[in-house]
Amino acid sequence: MTHIVVDPVTRIEGHLRIEAEVDGGKVQDAWSSSTMFRGIELILQGRDPRDAWVFTQRICGVCTTVHAIASIRAVENAIGAVPPPNARLLRNLIIAMQAVQDHVVHFYHLHALDWVDIVSALSANPARTSSLAESISDWPLSSAKYFAGVRDRLKGFVERGQLGPFANAYWGHPAYKLPPEANLMAVAHYLEALDWQREVIKVHAILGGKNPHLQSFLVGGMATPVDPDKQSSLNADTLASVRALITKAHDFVARVYIPDVLAVASFYKDWAGYGAGVGNYLVYGEYPEDEGPTAPLFLPPGVIRGRDLTKVERLDPSQITEMVSHSWYEYDGGDGKALHPFQGETRPKYTGPKPPYDRLDTAAKYSWLKSPRYAGLPMEVGPLSRMLVAYASGHARVKELVGTVLQKLNVGPEALFSTLGRVAARAIETLVLAEKQGEWLDQLAANMARHDLRTHDNAKWDPSSWPSDATGAGFHEAPRGALGHWVHIRNGAIANYQCIVPSTWNAGPRDASSQRGPYEEALIGTPVADPAKPVEILRTIHSFDPCLACGVHVLDARKQEVARVRLP
Amino acid sequence: MSDRENWFIDELERRGVSRREFLGFCTVMTSALALPAALSARVAKAIQGAEKPVLVWLEFQDCCGNTESFLRAARPTVADIVLDTLSVDYHETIMAAAGTQAEEALRTVVGDKKGQYLVVVEGSIPTFESGAYCTIGGRAAIDIAREVCGGAAATIAMGTCAAYGGLPAAAPNPTGALSVRDAVPGIKNLVNLPACPANAENITALLVHYLTFKYWPPLDEFGRPLFAYGQLIHDNCERRAHYDAGQYVEAWGDEGHRTGYCLYKMGCKGPVTFQNCPRVRWNEGTNWPIGCGHPCVGCAEPDFWDKMTPFYNHLQGPPFLGPGYTVDRVGVAATAGIAAAFATHGLISYIKRSREKPEPAPATPQSTDAKKGDAV
Repeated sequence: MTHIVVDPVTRIEGHLRIEAEVDGGKVQDAWSSSTMFRGIELILQGRDPRDAWVFTQRICGVCTTVHAIASIRAVENAIGAVPPPNARLLRNLIIAMQAVQDHVVHFYHLHALDWVDIVSALSANPARTSSLAESISDWPLSSAKYFAGVRDRLKGFVERGQLGPFANAYWGHPAYKLPPEANLMAVAHYLEALDWQREVIKVHAILGGKNPHLQSFLVGGMATPVDPDKQSSLNADTLASVRALITKAHDFVARVYIPDVLAVASFYKDWAGYGAGVGNYLVYGEYPEDEGPTAPLFLPPGVIRGRDLTKVERLDPSQITEMVSHSWYEYDGGDGKALHPFQGETRPKYTGPKPPYDRLDTAAKYSWLKSPRYAGLPMEVGPLSRMLVAYASGHARVKELVGTVLQKLNVGPEALFSTLGRVAARAIETLVLAEKQGEWLDQLAANMARHDLRTHDNAKWDPSSWPSDATGAGFHEAPRGALGHWVHIRNGAIANYQCIVPSTWNAGPRDASSQRGPYEEALIGTPVADPAKPVEILRTIHSFDPCLACGVHVLDARKQEVARVRLP
Repeated sequence: MSDRENWFIDELERRGVSRREFLGFCTVMTSALALPAALSARVAKAIQGAEKPVLVWLEFQDCCGNTESFLRAARPTVADIVLDTLSVDYHETIMAAAGTQAEEALRTVVGDKKGQYLVVVEGSIPTFESGAYCTIGGRAAIDIAREVCGGAAATIAMGTCAAYGGLPAAAPNPTGALSVRDAVPGIKNLVNLPACPANAENITALLVHYLTFKYWPPLDEFGRPLFAYGQLIHDNCERRAHYDAGQYVEAWGDEGHRTGYCLYKMGCKGPVTFQNCPRVRWNEGTNWPIGCGHPCVGCAEPDFWDKMTPFYNHLQGPPFLGPGYTVDRVGVAATAGIAAAFATHGLISYIKRSREKPEPAPATPQSTDAKKGDAV
């Protein structure tokens, strides 16, 4: 039995440590630990709830919109503000572009190097690379000359002898299966995606002032004015700019990202047999198509248990709890208890080894993440969960695309429950959203044409219009999955604030009954050819798109107010 | 030009950038940094230096926002090249290696390049619980920071968290989070590049300056380069005329809001925030928060999470400034209220100083080494 420690896990957001036992060339057991902690909820206490989104937004600068959205929804839910249709559409456009850009960056810049051997690309034949590229897509950057240029550029880089961020990696590892030409094509698209992401995210600058950390959100609506007759508002000119960027985003997703995912996946089909995880999937749903709390959502909510695609359960937020049996916190009523976020207690108590340390005591507490559970079960959240729930709920476009992908890879639906399934689901979702964005833009333009210029619910802006005691919950589907914020407002100030975040669901440790979290469970059975170079572990962990700064955020060091909040 | 320099021009051409365009870029950089135009040749030559300087990028109590901002670096193709002239040997978010191999990469730099590498720090550094609030490879952030920054040629504290403690250090600072300056006693050649996140344009400009001259541009007393933080947002704001004319947004979405009136009454902190947002804007000049109808939140200022909040309350207070200080009267009123919160004396002295055009005269690394950001 070999004990492996991967710390830092790189090409993620935040600080993650994986420990694993490997025997017989496979992972036998695994532990996921988050090793960084800030305490943003405590910092929020006593502050103006209208400011909360600016604070929570800084939970993460990668998914830079998600905690702002969840926060304004939670506060709006508490005070009864209803954003007008234009604000909803602006938010949908911002949320969707976040997901599209983030998913593509994840695939090319964070995940691809687990599958793509850059050194192998040096020996690629540009003409054959061109044939390969042209056989899978009509993307114009596909000539032999183009790929020769990329190869030479790479060669020049390597020959200078300073490999920078590409040094010391697992190049030449037997787990890499792509032929040199596919590797070269992927390197070319890695570089193209770097330019593309910078370009398309300008939608956020137009609608949100800047990216990262957009600055146009408001409790009750959006600060972005819309007026076809004004130079300082969103008008025909800026709408046209947004449309051009949306088109550019879709173009790359449909003609580069999707074909690349299919091409890469076809060489790694065995990874449809690894990384299944807990097999339970939780989705809050996203993209309201109308106003108010009961509006239909473009991507539906629901719960799937035990990989049973024949049944989607209705989501019941009262079933959500958090445990701290293996987390560096303590509960008043004993650490084995499971508490709903409304009754959440969060007192940190570090009992791990004093740094510097070599090993965590995984039999005891070993992470700054709590263990969220739904009806007592660990749940996977994220694009795979969303696509499974949409697929099983009969979402027409998702069904069609899932069917196409499965057919092209010549695998059945069971292949979705895997490391490869996560990669494919993320790509499918990206295309679905890239296609949808234009509709919301059309609706916004139609409203403006009717001279509906409302972007904010002014009636609830002044705190004197709020109840003296109010509670609310805000739910959102972030790129990495289901995100919830819960707020308690008393006399116009935050009395308590709680978040349960996608990476807490996915990366959390074992619970009181020793059920592993989704990362931990997904690693069981993962092959490891060389324990000194565990690239296979990275494949499965990266397939979740870890975002650890998001996951750890809760702190109640002075045993503050225990939240007692009603569900909406 | 030697062969070792030619590679750079070859690289440029391979990427579709002519030598002429490149020199144009250097001129832009030179002017952004307020340097004499003749220096642009020197900038160009420095960028072409054969050995790529090594940079390590440390992330502690961060959100990765500065890394994301860095990935948006503007002047598309040429900025790409500027970044390529660095060898980024450690950066957890982008590096291929992980675990042992990643730690080894950092050890190699610290061991083999002592005194020769650059460090960027993103995020604050916690001190409570023996540093257990942030560990990497089992080591406390503060130990890593002291070792790596201690052996560096220079350190850039990027973003408000690294520069001043930022969000984790906001009251009640639950983890004992510190800025780089406070966490690494005696640190040499530190530059603070605050804002939440720091603007990619300023990151690029700062790096080019350092690589060219091997010293930092002049800094203010908060350790910030004057080229980017030497003027108030308010003084360069596109809505300034409305402020002077008394035309304010009164409610979100009202006629004034749609027309682009001043956001002062909605809580704008532009009158007390030093940064070049109105000039360089964001995302390759696409827009900026005030351009999008939202007030400035003052994110480049020390302790803004405590001193600029509530964000939507407008600045207020009695006028208070020393004799002989001429700023328009309304602006005086706006700045004075919050000046107390910043420790009146320090803020006003630095507002005054910013009115004087900073000289581009180079300073030695020792004398530009910023003082701790105490205003009192």
